Amino acid sequence: MLDSLLSPIRNLGHMTVNAVWRLGFITRFLLAILRYSGQSLLRFSLTIREIYFAGVLSLIIIVVSGLFVGMVLGLQGYNTLSRFGSADALGALVALSLLRELGPVLAALLFASRAGSAMTAEIGLMKATEQLDAMSVMAVNPIARVVAPRFWAGVISMPILAALFNVMGIFGGYLVGVVMIGLDNGTFWSQMQNNVDLHYDVINGLIKSLCFGVVVTLIAVFEGYDATPTAAGVSSATTRTVVTSALVILAVDFVLTAFMF
Amino acid sequence: MSSDHFIEFQDVSFAYGDRPILKNINLAIPRGQLVAIMGGSGSGKTTMLRLISGQIRPSRGKVLVGGRDVAAMSHAELFEHRRRMGMLFQFGALFTDLSVEDNVAFPLREHTRLPDSMIRDLVVMKLSAVGLRGTQTLMPAELSGGMARRVALARAIALDPQLMLYDEPFTGLDPISLGVIAHLVKKLNDALGTTAVMVTHDVHKSLDIVDHVYFVSNGEIVAEGSAEEVRASTSPWVHQFVWGEADGPVHFAYPAGSTLEEDLGLKGGRHA
Repeated sequence: MLDSLLSPIRNLGHMTVNAVWRLGFITRFLLAILRYSGQSLLRFSLTIREIYFAGVLSLIIIVVSGLFVGMVLGLQGYNTLSRFGSADALGALVALSLLRELGPVLAALLFASRAGSAMTAEIGLMKATEQLDAMSVMAVNPIARVVAPRFWAGVISMPILAALFNVMGIFGGYLVGVVMIGLDNGTFWSQMQNNVDLHYDVINGLIKSLCFGVVVTLIAVFEGYDATPTAAGVSSATTRTVVTSALVILAVDFVLTAFMF
Repeated sequence: MSSDHFIEFQDVSFAYGDRPILKNINLAIPRGQLVAIMGGSGSGKTTMLRLISGQIRPSRGKVLVGGRDVAAMSHAELFEHRRRMGMLFQFGALFTDLSVEDNVAFPLREHTRLPDSMIRDLVVMKLSAVGLRGTQTLMPAELSGGMARRVALARAIALDPQLMLYDEPFTGLDPISLGVIAHLVKKLNDALGTTAVMVTHDVHKSLDIVDHVYFVSNGEIVAEGSAEEVRASTSPWVHQFVWGEADGPVHFAYPAGSTLEEDLGLKGGRHA
């Protein structure tokens, strides 16, 4: 009886200790990546190759999603703004929503699902098939050779992908607002130009996406490196990457928004 | 122990947490010899290889390679030690995103400043040594198990190592591939003058090529000798292992806490 009453408390304690342990471990892992980044960046071709896999191959999902998100924003924004006679402000609404929030957050969520999960699965499988051990036995540091190039590829790709997401989103808003609904072309763009501040909106949005790039890629490479070297272990590590990344992106977004805007 | 011994285990014990894997192991492997470590699954054989390569450190005792304590090496010294070592993994552990040529060239590109043309020539020579010249452009997924093992062997010898470690190199191979790999291991060992340690289950093929055999059971060395001594041995350990018998000093069945009748409910249970 007493045991069953104490069990939830024990489980909570176990989960807390485990979470703190993992936080400490991931911090040490980040320090190791930074320590060996010099070696890795000297051979930048490795990072370029990973930018292709993480960034270039994510282009389709980012571009298509950005376009549709912008089109939906255009429709919803027009419906709401026209009730107050402010339909002319549609360009500003679409741009500000995308640049400050939707662009960085949605691009990061898509990046975590597409490239983050792939990184975790690849590193996890390399561990399961002893490729990381083989590298280590050949006196090649797997963190410098495998992890660091992927980490920097993610950090570099994320802001570029978020910027492309924003561009496509604004284009989607333009298609709906100007081409479909028939708002004035000049008003759409001039409203945007007058209300969007380069530093306050654009640069802060890019800083956000850079922060998301760091956390998403760090989670992805850590989960892969820490995966149990079995099929089930790699599968659960991949799931953890997507779920943890989504939660951390939203939490970090809240903190950054509170500081920035 | 003599200085001719390239590898020495001095009272080595190793445990994962509370679970002991190796207990007071003492052995000495002379320079240039090909030595096999045999024993059942989970007996601690691969752990011995991992101790030699410095992937793990002993809980007690010393592992000396070339007279130097592996556990006492700094990070840089350990990597230097590994540069002089080659290891063939159980399933090859080829890098799946690299071609055969890039796999074999990997240690050369990482540890030498040789021009690309020379690296390509060396790769061809190493692949030729394992009978796979012409496979440079293939990817690991396009190779059979035996071919992958031979490519991994070519990669392991790319830097002409002083020490070779083989982790169950014959597992899952057809008889032809097995014979070819065994022959290659012996030929390469003789040609390069390498000291080699091979962990294996394949008793008969191994006895044809090795100089000395250690039998490990429950983390202890229970028998040792040359191939001829092993074949003639009357030790119950050796006999059971060489002839693959279920009954003997090594228990095949897991020590269940109840009888089969009890588990099936036939005695004093629900069917009684």
